[in-house]
Amino acid sequence: MSDVRRAPSGATAGQAVIVEGLTKRFGNGPAVLDRLDLAIAPGEFVALLGHSGSGKSTLLRTLCGLDDVTEGTVSRPSEVSVVFQESRLLPWKRVWQNVVLGQDGADRRARAEAVLREVGLGHRIDAWPLTLSGGEAQRAALARALVREPAFLLLDEPFAALDALTRLKMQQLVSDLWVRHRCAVLLVTHDVDEALLLADRAVVLERGRIRTDLPITLDRPRRHADPTFERLRATLLESLGVHDA
Amino acid sequence: MSDTLIGFGARQRTRPALRVSGRAVAVRLRRFLSPVLLVVAWQIACSSGVLSTRLVASPAQIVTTGWSLLHDGTLPTNLSVSLIRAVSGLAIALVVGVSLALMSGLSRVGEDLIDAPLQILRTLPALALVPLFILWFGIGETPKVLLVALGATFPIYLNLHKGIRAIDPKLLEMARTLGLSRGRTIREVILPGALPDLLVGLRFAVGISWLMLVVAEQVNADSGIGHMMMDAEDFLRTDIILVGLFIYGLLGLASDQIVRFLETNLLAWRPSYRAVGRTS
Ligand SMILES: Nc1ncnc2c1ncn2[C@@H]1O[C@H](COP(=O)(O)OP(=O)(O)OP(=O)(O)O)[C@@H](O)[C@H]1O
Ligand SMILES: [Mg+2]
Repeated sequence: MSDVRRAPSGATAGQAVIVEGLTKRFGNGPAVLDRLDLAIAPGEFVALLGHSGSGKSTLLRTLCGLDDVTEGTVSRPSEVSVVFQESRLLPWKRVWQNVVLGQDGADRRARAEAVLREVGLGHRIDAWPLTLSGGEAQRAALARALVREPAFLLLDEPFAALDALTRLKMQQLVSDLWVRHRCAVLLVTHDVDEALLLADRAVVLERGRIRTDLPITLDRPRRHADPTFERLRATLLESLGVHDA
Repeated sequence: MSDTLIGFGARQRTRPALRVSGRAVAVRLRRFLSPVLLVVAWQIACSSGVLSTRLVASPAQIVTTGWSLLHDGTLPTNLSVSLIRAVSGLAIALVVGVSLALMSGLSRVGEDLIDAPLQILRTLPALALVPLFILWFGIGETPKVLLVALGATFPIYLNLHKGIRAIDPKLLEMARTLGLSRGRTIREVILPGALPDLLVGLRFAVGISWLMLVVAEQVNADSGIGHMMMDAEDFLRTDIILVGLFIYGLLGLASDQIVRFLETNLLAWRPSYRAVGRTS
């Protein structure tokens, strides 16, 4: 993480996250990320789309510090939280202990309880993780991310494994939480509608770089029926190489 | 259990359940039936002289002998000697096995230094070391305790090492993103994650401990259940030998129950644990 530099002053100041010229390759293969640039403002919600294998998770892993920066610079806040597609809860710790894992202080349980209430899991505080449903487990993972009061929240397809109905509820939950916490968010998703419902900006990763950067200026709450929604949807699908007949 | 008075519709539904539980009782009785019949047949064979008591004592004789051994103090003394040997050997094995597994499971250097020699050593049958142990350590308590320790160390080491190596890398990654220190990751993620494997190892280790002890006490000893049995052989006391066998059986059963108890309590987080434990 020594490669993560402080944000340079000047034009780029005032951004929560700045990625400049980030290049990433595995072994001697082609560059998965190829001189990628990306900036995210504090409190901004960005959706990251792209084909499978385009490098979305690779970018996210670099942003949360799991992978080192070898080429280029990344500056990000120190308080970063991640939610993955799988909840990654420790099965041998109760839900509340998972939420405040690694946190110190006598009020751990109280804090866990508060944030679990916030995500609608107040009734499963003492449950074992393996007894949670998929949606509940993701709520717990979200609570674990939020209890650290992150300035930057990374979500790697957090709802991909959920059924359609649960996904809708979770999208609503994330939207509410974001309004309340106002952290910068980078949401990796395959779902164009999800991006349009939640994000301020949708970016598409293609051949190692951000090729499309689409501001979503719709008022919230957003509706699929909105004609602007339809137009943005067509634009995004086009940039993903999917053409409406 | 479901024979309380309930509404009409519900009662109809409980009837098949009642029949099932009745069948369950029958199944349980049937399980006891064959051992009981066997003992009865054995007693008849002995009483009628078909089976010579020089070869096998009768069940009644075994019970009386067991009772008198209990009363004259022979059994309690020898049993406690055997128990102390087994427990101290197992304790040494736990400390050594767990330490080695931690060293080789948690560091690459440790793995290179420890794992290869242990993988080679474990292919040696530990019982083949009995003569060497007697040469090295004489005939006191040391060789017996060490034999138990040696045999029990391997299953503990192998299973715990495997458990540590098999921790889901996604959980380790998660620990990193949460900023957990190395020590904390070991304590909160790696060790609890490897605990199920450690308990499997412990179960094997307990079984091996008794095996090692039986051999160690029969080869050379002046006390212990094994010695009591070998002594009885000189006087053709098959009843005492059979009492010893029975005690070994009980010890094995009891220690297995203890490990099972540990498993159900320490692994309460596994929702299916009880069901899995029952069927195995
Ligand atoms: N550890 C690794 N070693 C080698 N190659 C890797 C590794 N991780 C990722 N890759 C490769 O990098 C490319 C990008 O992978 P990445 O997981 O970032 O894609 P993604 O956009 O998240 O895809 P998906 O939408 O399917 O999750 C893929 O071609 C993948 O095979
Ligand atoms: Mg991915």
